[in-house]
Amino acid sequence: MDRAAIEASIRSLIEPFNKKDVEIGEGTTFAGDLEFDSLTVMDFVAAIEDEFDIIISMNQQAEIENFGQLVDAVTRLSG
Amino acid sequence: MTEGATETDLFSKFDEIIELRRSLLAGGAEDPFGLVMEKVLSPTRAICNGRDTILLGTYNYMGMTFDPDVIEAGKDALDNYGAGTTGSRVLNGTYQGHREVEEALKQFYAMDHAMVFSTGYQANLGIISTIAGKGDYIILDIDSHASIWDGCALGNAEVVPFKHNDIEALEKRLKRVPEGAGKLVVLEGVYSMLGDIAPLKEMIAVSKANGAMVLVDEAHSMGFIGPNGRGVAEEQCVIDDVDFIIGTFSKSVGTVGGFCVSNHPKFEVMRLVCRPYVFTASLPPSVVATAATSIRKLMHAGNKRAHLWENSRVLHKGLRDLGFTLGTDEPQSAIIAVIMPDLTKGAAMWEALLHEGLYVNLARPPATPAGMTLLRCSLCAEHSAEQVTAILGMFERAGKAVGII
Repeated sequence: MDRAAIEASIRSLIEPFNKKDVEIGEGTTFAGDLEFDSLTVMDFVAAIEDEFDIIISMNQQAEIENFGQLVDAVTRLSG
Repeated sequence: MTEGATETDLFSKFDEIIELRRSLLAGGAEDPFGLVMEKVLSPTRAICNGRDTILLGTYNYMGMTFDPDVIEAGKDALDNYGAGTTGSRVLNGTYQGHREVEEALKQFYAMDHAMVFSTGYQANLGIISTIAGKGDYIILDIDSHASIWDGCALGNAEVVPFKHNDIEALEKRLKRVPEGAGKLVVLEGVYSMLGDIAPLKEMIAVSKANGAMVLVDEAHSMGFIGPNGRGVAEEQCVIDDVDFIIGTFSKSVGTVGGFCVSNHPKFEVMRLVCRPYVFTASLPPSVVATAATSIRKLMHAGNKRAHLWENSRVLHKGLRDLGFTLGTDEPQSAIIAVIMPDLTKGAAMWEALLHEGLYVNLARPPATPAGMTLLRCSLCAEHSAEQVTAILGMFERAGKAVGII
């Protein structure tokens, strides 16, 4: 899967967690813009891990603050 | 330093929690996290803030704190070995008593090796951070105790949490770990917030099938779960597949300290490489003497275990019949968690119970799962049937006064 396809897929995975219908761009942050709490983060990460059959460890999650970084990380991990 | 530079107050990050505490206490509530026991009368009774109070939140499951043999052993050790060791276990801090308590643990668990730490927290911190290194993977339940998380944070392994007690979520993650990487699965027998137990049989089976080593924290089960009180893994007949059991002396054993028992043939190397073991002072002689005596008595505590389970069943059913929402449908341990609608009501209920003469633990996020506020009750084998009846009466009056039932 290329980056564009992965981005589209993650966009649809975010939807059920995007309670306030925030517009998603590369710079949209999970903690700030989307107001994800730790439980939401866990469920969201699990959804992505299951979709792409990858592990995003807590160590890697610590480096991911916005949507663009997540797409990059998933692209790298599923490559 | 630059002349006239403004100092950044490193404490400003705590403003939110300072404000939360202030507003809670402004309502006139007694401080739920500042209780002082002025006098302790028995494992189940103390004078708290001037009131004679039944203790229902101590983890003193087997009531060993005032056992006459245990106290005698502590006094003897104090007389013969002094107040403290003033040294690390690997230097001048290993006395005869430290060896004896490790022998008692080996017999209690029927395992080859036992290593005693100064607290249970340090046992998790030390073992987890040392055995899982760079490039290894720790796969752990998301509701794990703070000491487990801190053990992960202290080490250099990749940390991968899975949904609480979800066997399939654990298995999926195990299968995704890169080929050849070391794997440590960390589980607990009893999860202390809701008092629920883990499906260890299934979880250990999938862990082993995927080549992982397994560590189980049995802090809240030692002494009364399993035919010999060895914990949930023993109860579910999988203790032989557990690589490391972590436990504590500060619950059923009735003093303070932590330990790891294992059959791993190279386990003794831990004494040389585990920093939270090496770089701290060992337990005082009186503490290890009380622990060893208590552990040996817990090997033959069948009647006390039976009474503790009876207490747990009666309290669980009584609270449910009164209309409280509980953490588990059935009593699974000696912890019964009463779920509160919110922190304000929870604090009010906690205070109303204290005025009735009952102490329970008020637990709130982030210690609790799913942002819940809990009144956590932990029973003791020394609670009499009359005390349990009295406790239910207190819950009824307080619950109605606060408007929860």
